[in-house]
Amino acid sequence: MQLARSTLSTAKQSNAWNKFQKLSFSVATLPSLPYGYKDLEPYISGEIMEIHHSKHHNAYITNLNAAMKNLQKAEAESDLSTIIKLQVAIKFNGGGHLNHSIFWKNLAPTSSGGGVLNEGVLKEKIESKFGSLEKLKDELSASSVAIQGSGWGWLAYDKVNKNLSIATTSNQDPLEATTGLVPLLGIDVWEHAYYLQYKNVRPSYTKEIFNVVNWKDVQERLIAAMKS
Amino acid sequence: LMTLPYAMSALAPHISEETLTYHYGKHHAAYVTKLNAAIAADESLQDKSLDEIMKSSSGGTFNNAAQVWNHNFYWNSLKPKGGGEPSGPIADKIKESFGDFETFKKDFSNVASGHFGSGWAWLVESEDGKLKVVGTHDASNPIVEKLGNPLITCDVWEHAYYIDYRNSRPNYIAAWWNLVNWDFANANLASKL
Repeated sequence: MQLARSTLSTAKQSNAWNKFQKLSFSVATLPSLPYGYKDLEPYISGEIMEIHHSKHHNAYITNLNAAMKNLQKAEAESDLSTIIKLQVAIKFNGGGHLNHSIFWKNLAPTSSGGGVLNEGVLKEKIESKFGSLEKLKDELSASSVAIQGSGWGWLAYDKVNKNLSIATTSNQDPLEATTGLVPLLGIDVWEHAYYLQYKNVRPSYTKEIFNVVNWKDVQERLIAAMKS
Repeated sequence: LMTLPYAMSALAPHISEETLTYHYGKHHAAYVTKLNAAIAADESLQDKSLDEIMKSSSGGTFNNAAQVWNHNFYWNSLKPKGGGEPSGPIADKIKESFGDFETFKKDFSNVASGHFGSGWAWLVESEDGKLKVVGTHDASNPIVEKLGNPLITCDVWEHAYYIDYRNSRPNYIAAWWNLVNWDFANANLASKL
């Protein structure tokens, strides 16, 4: 919907403005989920998915777009102080947008293969690095549970060591921008990601979520990262 | 684990009994349990007060100690049928530092609702006697960050409001204003922590 609206308004504007628009940040839009809100049940409730996607992720996008608009204005005015001041909001909201966009694709209903890791390069690398899928799950869960406050647990690809690694980020810090590691699978451990269903029991959530992990998507990210 | 100064249902409808069951009964309680385990395992902690442990530790021990301290402060910052405009020394101090109560209320609400991630919003008295609104991340607080003497706090971790207000932190903060315990703020003004 937002995409249609911005296309329409762009069409109404002059060529010069169009050229300027192309040089600047494209308005971020809320990606659709590849499944219905209820489709990850019983592992993640429909209520959580709906609020998480339509409220939390949406708010990051709204706030990111506002910050980027302010950035454009500050850049046009060569207002360096404001440019610097905006970095925190861009990192937080932009990170939130990046992280959640990955997260929705990292998940899939069991009916579409969620939870199933097939033979392939990902399985090989997991077994060679961690010993087994179960050991990876234990380690990634433990790292995610241990995060103090809000943040994300990650299965990542380390381009330097050419191997998988486990990492964590705090708040909405985006993994690649802040560490160079390529995100493959993210576990959102902000309380909003699990509280309505799991309450304070984060370890149950980080265990159950593996039932709906879309390992196909994780493998695609790994393959792309290995090529780049 | 401190005893709550009121019944678990006493802050309703602003903060529900269900929230207290989890926030006090699970989250706060877990910080206490983990801190006690850390103390039992480490002789050097055993004759220190909560404040001392909080100021001198790091990592998990700090996290647990500070969160115990913060939650103790939070429950005392609330009272059933609290809220409204303050009276006593705090009222004068607020006028002095912010101009009027409404300006202070806006300032505090903005800091609390705009805080990125988990943390706390505080009204503190700084060294020069002026009142300030500050935010701290995760388990941190004005004591360890040396931001001033804390007077009142609002917990903005999602577990503080998610059951009652879902994603709407601003609605939770609006409700918090109906519970704020100005007696506690006045008591804190009178004693330097």
